[in-house]
Amino acid sequence: MTDLETFRTETRAWLEANCPAEMRQPVKGDDDICWGGRNWVFSSPAQKQWLEVMAAKGWTVPDWPEAYGGGGLSPEETKALRQEMAKLGCRSPLNSFGIWMLGPALLKFGTEEQKKHYLPQIARGEIRWCQGYSEPGSGSDLVSLQTFGEDKGDHWVVNGQKIWTSYADKADWIFCLVRTNKEDKYNGISFLLFDMTTPGVSTKPILLISGASPFCETFFDNVVVPKHQIVGELNRGWDVAKYLLAHEREMISGMGGDGGMASLGSFYADVLEDNPVLRAEMAMFEVENLAYRAHSERFMDEWKTGRAHPAYSNLMKYVGTELNKKRHEIIMAAGGSDALEWESARTNGGARPRAWLRTKANSIEGGTSEVMLNVVSKRILEMPGA
Amino acid sequence: MGLYHTEDQTMLKDSVAPFLAENGSVKHLRALRDNKDPVGFARDLWSQFAEMGLNGILIPEAEGGLGLGHVEAGIVLEEIGKNLTPSPFLTTAVAAVEALKAASADLRGQWFPKIASGEAVIGLALEEGKKHNPAATALKAERSGNGFKLSGTKTFVVHGHVADMLLVSARTAGAPGEEAGITLFAVPREAAGLTAEADRLVDSSMSARVTLDGVQVDADAVIGEVDAGWEPLTRLLNAGRLGASAELVGVGTGAMDMTFTYLKQRKQFGKLIGEFQALQHRAAHLYGEMEGARSIVLKAQQMLDNGDPRGEMFVSAAKAKAAKSTNLAVREGVQMHGGMGMTDAYDIGLYMKRDRALNEVFGDLYFHADKLAKMNGY
Ligand SMILES: Cc1cc2nc3c(=O)[nH]c(=O)nc-3n(C[C@H](O)[C@H](O)[C@H](O)COP(=O)(O)OP(=O)(O)OC[C@H]3O[C@@H](n4cnc5c(N)ncnc54)[C@H](O)[C@@H]3O)c2cc1C
Ligand SMILES: Cc1cc2nc3c(=O)[nH]c(=O)nc-3n(C[C@H](O)[C@H](O)[C@H](O)COP(=O)(O)OP(=O)(O)OC[C@H]3O[C@@H](n4cnc5c(N)ncnc54)[C@H](O)[C@@H]3O)c2cc1C
Repeated sequence: MTDLETFRTETRAWLEANCPAEMRQPVKGDDDICWGGRNWVFSSPAQKQWLEVMAAKGWTVPDWPEAYGGGGLSPEETKALRQEMAKLGCRSPLNSFGIWMLGPALLKFGTEEQKKHYLPQIARGEIRWCQGYSEPGSGSDLVSLQTFGEDKGDHWVVNGQKIWTSYADKADWIFCLVRTNKEDKYNGISFLLFDMTTPGVSTKPILLISGASPFCETFFDNVVVPKHQIVGELNRGWDVAKYLLAHEREMISGMGGDGGMASLGSFYADVLEDNPVLRAEMAMFEVENLAYRAHSERFMDEWKTGRAHPAYSNLMKYVGTELNKKRHEIIMAAGGSDALEWESARTNGGARPRAWLRTKANSIEGGTSEVMLNVVSKRILEMPGA
Repeated sequence: MGLYHTEDQTMLKDSVAPFLAENGSVKHLRALRDNKDPVGFARDLWSQFAEMGLNGILIPEAEGGLGLGHVEAGIVLEEIGKNLTPSPFLTTAVAAVEALKAASADLRGQWFPKIASGEAVIGLALEEGKKHNPAATALKAERSGNGFKLSGTKTFVVHGHVADMLLVSARTAGAPGEEAGITLFAVPREAAGLTAEADRLVDSSMSARVTLDGVQVDADAVIGEVDAGWEPLTRLLNAGRLGASAELVGVGTGAMDMTFTYLKQRKQFGKLIGEFQALQHRAAHLYGEMEGARSIVLKAQQMLDNGDPRGEMFVSAAKAKAAKSTNLAVREGVQMHGGMGMTDAYDIGLYMKRDRALNEVFGDLYFHADKLAKMNGY
C-alpha cells in the first residue's frame, strides 16, 4: 500500500470509530451547523463531542500546520480526508469565517505571535469571527470605503459604519477594513482585528427576503483598537483583503451546490415523467452539475499544488454560484405548489423556498458575478482597458 | 492522482502540439478542401502519425502499441481539434482499436499492426438514421455457410469510402431498439456486395453511405460474441464519444483563443473592442464554459482509464458539456469577429463547421443529456 492508501484506510477507521452516528445524518436545519464561538449553544452532546475530537486531531483545519492547531496534512491527505468524510456522510465539525477567510490571511500575513494566538482559537472553534468589509457606499467598489481609524499613538480610534456584516450579532471578533490614510485610495487601508464587545461597537440585524436575518448593520463609535491588532503593514491592508477574498471566493464556489455528484433528477422522477420539458431542463442541469464537480475538483487539485492562476477562484465563484441558483430554481419548479408553503411544520417551516431565496445572495456576497467576470476578463484573459 | 496532466502527459502534449501546428494546420485542411481531395485526409500525414507511434497509442504494448490510455489519446485529439486536422485518428486509432480489444487474437493480429504502422484505416458503420441511435440497428446478419450474410444500409461512415475495413453493427436477434441481439462484424471494404458512396460534409471531411447487399463474412469476423455486440460496441462508443469530446475541447479552445486575440486587435469607436464590457463578460463566461468542458472530459478520461463503473455516465456528461461549450465558442467566435467572421478567408468559420460535425458524431448534446437522465432513473 502507498502511504496515501494507508492514510485513507486509517482515516476511515478513525472516522467510523469517532464520528457520532447523529453527526452522520444529513443537515436539516441551521441548528445542525456548528459555528462555535464564546456564546455557541451546542444543539446536542454529539455536536460538541464531534467538534472536540476533530479539533484535538487538528482536523477542523486539516491542512494548517500542527503548531497552529492544524492537522499538518498534505493536499493529497486533505483531499482523502474530505472524500472519506463525504463517503460516511460526516458533517463538517465546524463552519467558520475564521477557517475559510481569516486563517489563510493570518498564515500568510500574520506575525508569529498573531498566528500562535489567533489560529488555535479558530481551529478549536472558540472564537467566532465576522467580516467587516462592505459599507453602504462601498460594495463592489470596496476600495472606496470610508470607515476611519485615527492614529492615537499606541492605538487607533475607529469611527464609521459597515453593512451586510454576516452574523455580526453573533460573532466574538471582527476582521475589519479601516481607512488609515485619506490621501491614498489603495495604500490607505489597514486590516484590523478587534473584539465585538469593545465599547462603541453596535449591531442592528437586517431581515433578508428568506425571512432570516443573518446579517447586520455594524456601527463603530470611537472604538479603541490597540496597534498590535493590525495584520500586515500599516496602509497595506488591501493586499491582505484581496488575498482573503480569493479564499472566500474559493470557499463560496465550493458550496456551488449542495448534493455533490448525486443526481438531483433521480429525486423527482415521478414529476419529471409527466413534465418532459422540465425533465429536459433537469437533464441539462445534470450535465452542468457533473461538469462543475469535475471543474471544482480540478481547481482544488491545481490550487493546492500551485498550478492554478492566482485569480482563478473568481471564475469558480462565478460558475459555482450561478449553478447553485439554477439548482434551486429547478428544485422549486419540481416542487410545484408544495414548494410554496412558507410556515407549515410539514415543510420544516418552508425550508425549500427559504433556501431558494437564500441562494440568490450567492452571486452577490463575496463579490458579485459581474465583478467576477470583470476580474476574469482582466486578469486571466488579459483583456485591454482600465 | 490529481485532476491534471502528469509530467509524461505534458511531454506528450509538448511533442504533438508543434508537430500538428507544423504539419496539420488549418492551411493543410484548406489545401485538401480547395483541391477537392477525394480521400478526405492526407495519407502521408497518417504515416507520420504512425512514425511518432501515435496510431498505436491505445494498442497494448504486448501487441506493438504504446499501451497508453484515454487521457493520452485525448491529448492528441485536442491538438487535432485545435488545428482542425483531417485525420482518421479518432475512428481508427481510438474507437476501432477499443472495439478490437474485445476481438479474437486472430483479428487483433491482423489489424493492430496495420493500424499502428499507418497502413490501415477503419470506418465505423454504426448509424442507420440521421440521428445517433446505436440500439436502433436493423441491418440484418443471417447465418449462412460457416458465417453470416449481411444486408442493409449504413450512413455517416466517416472515411468509409477509403477504409480498409468497416466495423459493422448488425442485428442477429431481437428487434431494432434493443441492445441485445446486435453483433459487431469486421468487414473488409472490398467485400463483394459492399458499396460506399462518399460525400463531402460541411466540415470538408468525407463520409459515406454504405450499402451491404448480401455481403458474406466468415464466423471469425465477429467481434466478441454473437448477439452480444453491445459490449464491444459500448467500448467503442465510450472511446469514440470521449475522443470526440476531447477533439471538441480542442476546436472550442482554438476558436476561443483566436477570438480573444481578435478582441485585442480590432478597434472600433476609438477603442479595442476587447475594452467593451459587453464583450468582456461574454468572453469570461465562455472561458468558464470551456474550462468546465475541459475538466469533465479529463475526469471521464481518468475514470475510463481506471475502470471506474461510473465511466459511461461521465462520458455522456463529457460529450454533452463539450458539445455545449464548444458550440458557444464557435458562435461567439463568429459573432465577435463581426463581418470578418462571415468570410471564408477567416478561419473562425471553419471551426464552426467542424463543431457542427463533431457535435453530431456519436450522439449530440440532446442524446447524451437524455442518456444521463435515463441512467439516473428518469
Ligand atoms: C447574504 C449576504 C452576506 C454578506 N455578508 C457580508 C459580510 O459578512 N461582510 C461584508 O463585508 N459584506 C458582506 N456582504 C456584502 C457583499 O459583499 C456586497 O453585497 C457585494 O460586494 C455587492 O455590493 P453591493 O451590495 O453594494 O452592490 P453594488 O456594488 O451596488 O452592485 C449592484 C449591482 O451592480 C453591479 N455592478 C457593480 N459594479 C459593477 C461593475 N464595475 N461592472 C458591472 N456591474 C457592476 C453588481 O454586480 C450588482 O449587480 C454580504 C452580502 C450578502 C447578500
Ligand atoms: C453578409 C453581410 C452583408 C453585408 N452587407 C453590407 C452592405 O451591403 N453594405 C454595407 O455597407 N455593409 C454591409 N455589411 C457590413 C455590416 O454592416 C458590418 O459587418 C457590421 O456593421 C459590423 O461591423 P464590422 O464587421 O466591422 O464588425 P465590428 O464593428 O468590428 O464588430 C466586431 C464585434 O465587436 C462588437 N462591437 C463593436 N463595437 C462594440 C461596442 N461599442 N460595444 C460592444 N460590442 C461592440 C460587435 O458587435 C461585433 O461582435 C454586411 C455584412 C455581412 C456579414
